[in-house]
Amino acid sequence: MKTLEELAAIRDRMKGRVALREGSNDIRIVVGMATCGIAAGARPVLNTFVEEVNNAGLTGEVTVTQTGCIGICQYEPVVEVYKAGEEKVTYVKMTSEKAKEVMEKHIKGGKPVTEYTINI
Amino acid sequence: MKELSLNILDIAQNSVKARAKNIEISIKEDDSVLEFSVKDDGCGMSEEFLSRVTDPFTTTRTTRKVGLGLPLLKMEAEQTGGSLEITSTEEGKGEDHGTFVRALFRKDSIDYIPLGDIVGTLCVLVQGADNVDYIFTHEIKNKETVEFSTKEMREMLGDLPLGTPEVIAWLRDFLEEGYKQQ
Repeated sequence: MKTLEELAAIRDRMKGRVALREGSNDIRIVVGMATCGIAAGARPVLNTFVEEVNNAGLTGEVTVTQTGCIGICQYEPVVEVYKAGEEKVTYVKMTSEKAKEVMEKHIKGGKPVTEYTINI
Repeated sequence: MKELSLNILDIAQNSVKARAKNIEISIKEDDSVLEFSVKDDGCGMSEEFLSRVTDPFTTTRTTRKVGLGLPLLKMEAEQTGGSLEITSTEEGKGEDHGTFVRALFRKDSIDYIPLGDIVGTLCVLVQGADNVDYIFTHEIKNKETVEFSTKEMREMLGDLPLGTPEVIAWLRDFLEEGYKQQ
């Protein structure tokens, strides 16, 4: 049985490991979550990134956030990756599978998966 | 939309954009009807905007001139023989401002769209809920079944943000367990 008390245990475990949101995290993954993104399949993409960050224990280093429509609805689901000191990388037509690959190769491995990117 | 839970996600995101602090999502269903509602205490809509909010050419978007969320939902509900109801009180025009959206679907219609991955929808909403509290209840055949409140979660979490991946993983397990017991 899952209980609310388990959240207190998570809090204690995470103490000091979670940097203050917005700012000190090294990598930011931004997923478009307006009507266009949602209709195109952004929900599993966002959830996959959140799950993968959890599985990899990268909560202190990687932040996943949601944003509205960025104006390229035909390419949704759109994901932007910001790394300190590097140019923004924009992924288009994302899926859960592609999100896992981006997580492995780009977020952990440091190399953008250029076959899914677009220059805007 | 392919699933009603995607409509719920879309409608609740409207509430977030309307600067709501509290959002109540409720689903009630039996064998023949599914009804969901989203109630918020956001800035509300003017009467004029409300009167044309289900028109596809009405939108608050700045990136293009066509909205689609509410018109789609209205069409999807009415196609099943159901209905969409929206009421709203604009901020400054009464004590309780906010918006209430209720959609009713008849399940026996061939145009009925399944609820789909409601757990996925709730995980996305709570993940993005830095400044919003959610109350969720899903009643099946008049029996309260699955529910949670982010206020209760926050009491346990203290300073730890609700959107922390470890917390979302807990919520996913909690909800999946709740639905499995049905």
